Amino acid sequence: MSLEQELINVAPESIEVTSVSKSFVGARGRTLALDNVSLSVAEGEFVCLVGPSGCGKSTLLNIIAGLEKPDTGTVLASGKPIVEPGRDRMVMFQEHALFPWLDVIGNVLFGLKLKPGLSNAERLEVAKYYLDLVGLSKFQHANIHELSGGMKQRVALARALAPNPRVLLMDEPFAALDALTREQLYGDIQRIWEARRKTIIFVTHNVREAACLGDRVILFSPNPGRIRNEFKIELDRPRDINSVNLANYSSQITAALKGFINREAAE
Amino acid sequence: MKHILTSLAFFVLLIVAWDLFTRFADVSPVMFPSPLNVGQYLWQSVQDGSLFSTTFVTMKRLLIGYAIGLAFGVPLGLFSARFPVVHDTVGQLALGLQTLPSVCWVPLALGWFGQTELAMLFVVVMGTLWSVVIATENGVKTMPPIYLRAARTMGSTGLHSWLKVILPASLPYLVGGMKQGWAFAWRSLMAAEIFVTILTGFGLGQLLHYGRELLAMDQVVAVMLVIMAIGLLADRILFSPWENFLHRRWGTGALR
Ligand SMILES: Nc1ncnc2c1ncn2[C@@H]1O[C@H](COP(=O)(O)OP(=O)(O)O)[C@@H](O)[C@H]1O
Ligand SMILES: [Mg+2]
Repeated sequence: MSLEQELINVAPESIEVTSVSKSFVGARGRTLALDNVSLSVAEGEFVCLVGPSGCGKSTLLNIIAGLEKPDTGTVLASGKPIVEPGRDRMVMFQEHALFPWLDVIGNVLFGLKLKPGLSNAERLEVAKYYLDLVGLSKFQHANIHELSGGMKQRVALARALAPNPRVLLMDEPFAALDALTREQLYGDIQRIWEARRKTIIFVTHNVREAACLGDRVILFSPNPGRIRNEFKIELDRPRDINSVNLANYSSQITAALKGFINREAAE
Repeated sequence: MKHILTSLAFFVLLIVAWDLFTRFADVSPVMFPSPLNVGQYLWQSVQDGSLFSTTFVTMKRLLIGYAIGLAFGVPLGLFSARFPVVHDTVGQLALGLQTLPSVCWVPLALGWFGQTELAMLFVVVMGTLWSVVIATENGVKTMPPIYLRAARTMGSTGLHSWLKVILPASLPYLVGGMKQGWAFAWRSLMAAEIFVTILTGFGLGQLLHYGRELLAMDQVVAVMLVIMAIGLLADRILFSPWENFLHRRWGTGALR
């Protein structure tokens, strides 16, 4: 595969989750992390999963990634069952999960080196392209521990983008960052999503963040983990986290979230 | 610079105190050699080449034993961390044997192998192996599991994840373990050389042993100094590069 072909946008994939349940046996007995969850995400769609912690968002993301298996139900990517992790679906974790024994470019190259059909020179070119895309080309040879939290997540984003996946799975990637850094990253992630069409499933417990990024916001409730509600966000992009229209959506979603939390507390 | 001067001044003072003590205290010069005597012995053993030949013999034994200890210890530690069946067997064995001071292997080595190089090697390997196994196992177990998950999503499986993820992720602990293994190998070899007298090679430990038999305490003290110097030097040459790398990349040193 040539460099030009490698950097061409691949067709994004659709994800079809049907009646998925998953339980864990832990110290406090059995938890039903996901109870009969169904969700379909179209090709190239940006979907945000929102809910209080413990409602199974990470579990669902891990199942879609192929890192975990559902107890029952099926998960399809473009119609094909997901049985194991694959390069077509890359994950960005909340803790950046960058490898401290490699420098920045080494981290971005990690997945590329496992991708067949490229020469090493081409791999290096691709890695540099993505570092440039996240604005870190000057930090190629920096060590991970020297980077700020926001820069680490940018490297993690470049690493996830580098093998040119069709789907990007992001698990609260910005939760540990300060507000200012996060705002920058909202801009970046929207820009990159426009530039390199991907299907993105983005987990967060920040309602405003979800409304800012998602085409659709899916609301989860815990104990057991279920999908409760769904909001379509019809705003032009790129969206500003501080815009008034966005605030309307987010207060609507927050109200719904509070609604079922209070109802549960009353029961 | 200030630290170096402080250390230097301290050691000069120590030697002066030692010298004064041997001059004015009522001690036998045979049992309590002066710094000058020790220096003379060292100089003479450098000139006749005996210091280098004994050091060479000792280092050869040490490096071979240490290499064998690492070659078996690191893989065993890796397996012990990842496979419960290895942990329950070899891992438990290592945990027990690691507590044995290495001199305890000498009687068994003498019984099995007699006064041979093999006995010496056996003691060094036993002194090194188990602590390396334990340190490696701890390193792998302390590795954050997220690294392996991240690697799996990028297509890393099997041997690739062993070599490119598990091994480097445990590096801070591995270096700590290798350092500890080195210290143990060094200690056990000295024990072996003092107790095992053989004709195939005359090492530093044997020099120490005969120094005592001949009541040549200047020789004993001089050899002790040499052993100390080698220990320090090895630390610099073998481990400093690794620790610098860890410090640069991880922002930490080796962990124990
Ligand atoms: N490996 C596991 N073992 C035991 N329980 C787990 C495990 N993973 C998740 N859980 C439980 O499943 C529930 C959902 O977890 P998770 O998917 O991490 O939620 P979220 O990401 O929405 O905070 C929680 O109650 C959590 O304690
Ligand atoms: Mg989570």
